[in-house]
Amino acid sequence: MTNPLLSIQNLTIDYVGETADFRAVDDVSFDVAQGEIFGLAGESGCGKSTIAFAISRLHKPPALIRSGRILLEGRDVLDLDQAALRSFRWREVAMVFQSAMNSLNPVLRVEAQFHDVLRTHLGLTRTQARERTAEMLRLVDIPPDRMRDYPHQFSGGMRQRIVIAICLALNPKIVVMDEPTTALDVVVQREILQRINELRRTFGFSVLFITHDLGLMVQFCDRIGIMLAGKLVEQNSAGNIYAQPQHDYTRKLWASFPSLHSADLMKVAAS
Amino acid sequence: MTRSHKAILALDRVTKTFGRPPFLVKAAQSVSFELHAGQTLALVGESGSGKTTCARLVMQEYTPSEGQLLFKGKPVGPDDAKALAAYRRSVQMIFQDPFASLNPAHTIAYHLRRPLQLHRRELKGRQIDEAVDELLRRVRLDPEIVASRHPHELSGGQRQRVNIARTLAVGAEIIVADEPTSMLDVSVRLGILNLLNEMKRDMKLALLYITHDIATARYVAENIIVMYAGQIVEWGNVNKVIDNPQHPYTRLLLSAVPDPEVRFDDPRAHLKAADVEEVRRLSAIPQDRVVAIEPDHFVRQIAA
Repeated sequence: MTNPLLSIQNLTIDYVGETADFRAVDDVSFDVAQGEIFGLAGESGCGKSTIAFAISRLHKPPALIRSGRILLEGRDVLDLDQAALRSFRWREVAMVFQSAMNSLNPVLRVEAQFHDVLRTHLGLTRTQARERTAEMLRLVDIPPDRMRDYPHQFSGGMRQRIVIAICLALNPKIVVMDEPTTALDVVVQREILQRINELRRTFGFSVLFITHDLGLMVQFCDRIGIMLAGKLVEQNSAGNIYAQPQHDYTRKLWASFPSLHSADLMKVAAS
Repeated sequence: MTRSHKAILALDRVTKTFGRPPFLVKAAQSVSFELHAGQTLALVGESGSGKTTCARLVMQEYTPSEGQLLFKGKPVGPDDAKALAAYRRSVQMIFQDPFASLNPAHTIAYHLRRPLQLHRRELKGRQIDEAVDELLRRVRLDPEIVASRHPHELSGGQRQRVNIARTLAVGAEIIVADEPTSMLDVSVRLGILNLLNEMKRDMKLALLYITHDIATARYVAENIIVMYAGQIVEWGNVNKVIDNPQHPYTRLLLSAVPDPEVRFDDPRAHLKAADVEEVRRLSAIPQDRVVAIEPDHFVRQIAA
């Protein structure tokens, strides 16, 4: 990789405590290339979400970035001032949260929520925003005439797709997805991720994908990093993470998934 | 679903509807299944398919609109208070969210002492404490450490173990587990599933395991029911159903399970939205005809 889009270098993040600090992210470095889907896997509390928030500087105290750099196209995100940060968020890095389907405003029509984003960042008028909204909704397989509806009139999967459409409306360079489909059932999950996979082929954005479901991650990602207690213990292509896990912890993670095709656990467990 | 001789609990063509026409919702349509001692029945389906409605029917939280529940061969109704109390003692539930199902203001010992005091009146004084310790040991928690703790001091997996201990405290014969591991970390998930398996084997419990994760269903269950739109579309032995799925909805569900062997760019992995819609539409049409594919494996016919 000669020119990574996103480069995390020696990132260390502490949660500052009264007596002792808790090191949530410990000297983590990885790169995400243009158009690549990079996965971060690990258990809860391993620091993967902390990294996700830090990338768009959405981490809140007591989280504190002790050291390291977050470079997006060579620019250090940690040096941005408030004004620069405003245009940087959403325009360059968009984020889909775990319960994203609940992050829509229940009292605003979908159209109005698109308009909010498009007006703030691009200064579009209502008519222009409506056109863009229709275009984005079509991309995620939602009939554009439903933009006049309220969030509660959509199913969970549709709401999730609307959030993804809002994220993509500004053509971000990278989309950070923190467990975007854990609240959804498998069929809807597959439909959504398949669509994201197609869209990134068309538009060329990168994805940082966070989940604890290794099987899903291997299907969806190009490369995967495995995190354990704040450290990145293994980083490899998706195929190798599945076929030849190097670190003990990766093998243990695989061993904790029952396999669909036999009553035994995943075969990697045995090796 | 024909061997009715030793079923602990049987649902006999139970229908549950909400609202009235034209806004009638059929959450469960003529659902029949049986729970046997020492066996697990997995109930799988997507959200809105009627899984939780079935759980609530079993818990007697809903009364059936049609059909009946047979507990040890006898129908259970709301009019016999004594029978109902016995039923409630025998049928216990483990909830999805281990963080919301314990009282944050009380210790773990309190959570287990209460059901013992209520349902096992013969225990007095020290005996109750001993019973609490024994319950905790049974779910692999150290009573010395855990008994005096409050729920917030335990991890999700430990709390779920406390919930399991609580169902055992009252001497449950049937446990309804509604997505018991979906909120737990992957590394502790297996421990809970193994514990449930062990309980089922050693204590001859009947387990109704509700999930949308079909892979874990295979891991814990002997029999499986696939539900869609309130109907059971396919059921039978778990290996037979998963290895030889007949109903288009079961196939759809299985094809969407994450499989590390097949990447998304692979055309085999591609689900076409139109096909998915078609399968859903066809599967939702009520149908009475059922075909036996092989012994212990049945499928509901779909409209041609």
